Amino acid sequence: MTTDEPRAPIPNPASRLLDTVVREEWGQILAALIATFRDFELAEDALQDAIVTALDHWPRDGAPDNPAAWLTTVARRKAIDRLRRSQMDREKRALLPRDRTIDVDAAAILDEHGAIPDERLRLIFTCCHPALASEAQVALTLKSLAGLTTREIARAFLVSNATMAQRLVRAKRKIRDAGIPFEVPAPDRLGERIDDVLSVLYLIFNEGYLAAEGKDVVRAELCGEATRLARMLVELTPERAEPRGLLALMLLHDARREVRTGADGAIVTLEDQDRSRWDQAKIRTGVAVLDRALELRQPGPYQIQAAIAALHGEANTAAATDWAQIAALYGRLLQLQPTPVVALNRAAAVAMADGPRAGLALLADPDLAERLSDYHLYHSARADLLRRAGDGWAAAGAYKRALELTHNRGERLYLERRLAEVGGG
Amino acid sequence: MRYLLLIYDNEATVEHTPEMMGAYEAFTKEVQDAGVYIVGEPLQPTATTVRVRGGAAANTDGPFAETKEQLGGYYMLDCANLDQALGYAAKIPTAKTGSIEVRPIMEMG
Repeated sequence: MTTDEPRAPIPNPASRLLDTVVREEWGQILAALIATFRDFELAEDALQDAIVTALDHWPRDGAPDNPAAWLTTVARRKAIDRLRRSQMDREKRALLPRDRTIDVDAAAILDEHGAIPDERLRLIFTCCHPALASEAQVALTLKSLAGLTTREIARAFLVSNATMAQRLVRAKRKIRDAGIPFEVPAPDRLGERIDDVLSVLYLIFNEGYLAAEGKDVVRAELCGEATRLARMLVELTPERAEPRGLLALMLLHDARREVRTGADGAIVTLEDQDRSRWDQAKIRTGVAVLDRALELRQPGPYQIQAAIAALHGEANTAAATDWAQIAALYGRLLQLQPTPVVALNRAAAVAMADGPRAGLALLADPDLAERLSDYHLYHSARADLLRRAGDGWAAAGAYKRALELTHNRGERLYLERRLAEVGGG
Repeated sequence: MRYLLLIYDNEATVEHTPEMMGAYEAFTKEVQDAGVYIVGEPLQPTATTVRVRGGAAANTDGPFAETKEQLGGYYMLDCANLDQALGYAAKIPTAKTGSIEVRPIMEMG
């Protein structure tokens, strides 16, 4: 149904402009169309129709003054054409539509200044609705708001084009059939619904961040898309602190992305990273975004994680890291998010502040040990602390256990190196 | 849109205490006052499953699938959208102990 071919390569300036407009304004145009027609597929199809028309007209007649408004207006007309055609089909079959009448002619999409109204906030709440499965939320957000093609999303998430197309169709069908609203949630639910959106964006970021550097550019570009979406959410919810916290966290992590794997693809720990290669401009932007978030005085887990990342980013050497403050921040994070993984990170920070034995004592907590018994990072963290405490024999056992539990190539290379160091290789 | 809210709980442990009955009465009154109520009833904790195969009906005692939670009642509500239906589902007293499955009714042409 949806035409979803990769956008054509660029033969001349008018099409190049079209490419830029589509790339940058896709989400806003689509959101405006969905707001009018309340139908994802119709909106997408109509926008594709408008792009095809532009490909025909712009190179010949020159590009319009306001390309995004032009696309929106043409897409709206195309949508009405499609509705008319489907209504005539129904009437021919003597099946009058019950639910949708064509009264959209009066509803012009552009506002009185000829600008596209910004409906992206409503769209992102619909795409990240908790009634949709997490993988559907992610795919729909990238498709509708970031304007990625189905093919690009499929490649980024390592599934076939057909699987991703089906995932998107099912998600859009659920929105329609289950009556998932296209609106900003009521104030009493807004906080938790923003949290849902933030987790979707962070999931997209991590998918890109964890992709092996240089291996797959499409996957790595997910970091850029997630950051762009987070910046958009900050603009749309300026009075909220946590979107700013997430944006800061992304920028601060992204500043270190290039350096977190070595030439052979092995993970390089923070301690061993070449700090001169960190992106200082990104770190400064991240810290500034975080400062603005903290001024709003709405503490939250993303701001705490960003504060931890900022402390790392601002340390010129590993030895200069303020581990006591990082350990304290993990303590606060653990209160807000009492998960075993946060407890694990806190133990690692405490070990840096107060010595490996202090960290090992926290890791020895029987409940934590049991819940993380199959998590490779628990065993590799324990192994690192045992190694630093001088217990090479026990460290070797823990490295071996971690190796049994991970298939990630970069992590395996790191663990094998450490295992050889403690004489267990 | 009409939504069916199916109420599931463990029959073995469910208790029809006066508090529970009162909570259900209050919920029913709330949805009636809000003008979204269409119908709603509790079900007896007994089920018989019927299957016709090759022209022959086979009746078996019990629900069609053995699950930890069984269908114990339902409401049908007319809501503006899924969020409103989910909001009411969360207020059904059994939501605290069992599960509420929310299904939109398929409107036929």
